[in-house]
Amino acid sequence: MSKTTGRAFENKKLVGELFTLTYGALVSQLIKDYEKDDEVNKQLDKMGYNIGVRLVEDFMARSNLGKCQDLRETADVIAKVAFKMYLNITPVVTNWSLANDEFSLILENNPLAEFVELPERHSDLSYANVLCGAIRGALEMLQLEVETWFLKDALKGDTATELRVKFIKKLTDALPAGED
Amino acid sequence: MDQSKRPRITILDKPTSRGKQEVSLSAFALLFSEMIQYSQNRVRSVAELQTKLSDFGFSVGSRLVDLLIVREKGNKREIKVLNILLFIKVQLWKALFGKEADKLEQASDDDKIYYIIEKEPVISTYISVPKDKGSLNCAAFAAGIVEAVLNFSNFPCKVTAHWHKGTTLMIKFDESVIARDKLVT
Repeated sequence: MSKTTGRAFENKKLVGELFTLTYGALVSQLIKDYEKDDEVNKQLDKMGYNIGVRLVEDFMARSNLGKCQDLRETADVIAKVAFKMYLNITPVVTNWSLANDEFSLILENNPLAEFVELPERHSDLSYANVLCGAIRGALEMLQLEVETWFLKDALKGDTATELRVKFIKKLTDALPAGED
Repeated sequence: MDQSKRPRITILDKPTSRGKQEVSLSAFALLFSEMIQYSQNRVRSVAELQTKLSDFGFSVGSRLVDLLIVREKGNKREIKVLNILLFIKVQLWKALFGKEADKLEQASDDDKIYYIIEKEPVISTYISVPKDKGSLNCAAFAAGIVEAVLNFSNFPCKVTAHWHKGTTLMIKFDESVIARDKLVT
């Protein structure tokens, strides 16, 4: 295997519609399997978490950025680099809380929800919950515990989709008992 | 419509997307791997797993077929077998994977069977199959897409994925399709 010498290796692109429709097929299957919106939301979050955990390594390998100094930098990197690299969109970072520990990502047109309409009986479904899980998983691998949720969702009638991220605490690596 | 509710803009009111959006292959590969892991927990054999992947592909294909016909072909319907197969090889593959399929062949002994051959399918780029699941082919997903497109264009058939010269999708049409094709040509 050739050595990667620290330069970002090329980012192969794929047609967005395949991705959107594949995600749609997954959500439909989950709805058929679980029937309750809450359960489906939880599953999507779990899957997103697993994806985020692996995605962050791919991200660190490609982007070659150093450590972020504070939450503001982290938010900027997520919005401008990570989202752009993986979904080819740049959400806007806004609505910082007074304590500077919460922010919102506003997505103008969510590529995951591109041909989607939510029917009346699934009005509690957070369709793009996988994004919440992915951000949570990725940041947890970087020692930051966060909580993520959707504040507004374009599929439910709002103008844009707003994802809120709240910083909980920094995680320290705990060595298992017996090791020093 | 109920006056107290805000009139919801449905997706049918929006213009058809031009399909120029791109995402990274890693994002798709991770999502696909999650889907396979999810299905693996709910099935008991490799054949069932391939069926589940095929079902996912069927969902995708059924939504693609109308979109592509409106966008690429100006609402004309194909009625000949060879034409729909060429449509799949060229335009469906381009719309899905950004390039044409490698080869389209007809079986020499059976005129109901056609093969679409791909040396390295894009969706299986990061997938390695462990020994105990020897015959699993993730191109079952692509097989599902092709099956949906053919079935919804009124060419009933079954599509399966095999390991042969890379990845081969074997398309087996129903008798009625071939009989009808002979009448049209």
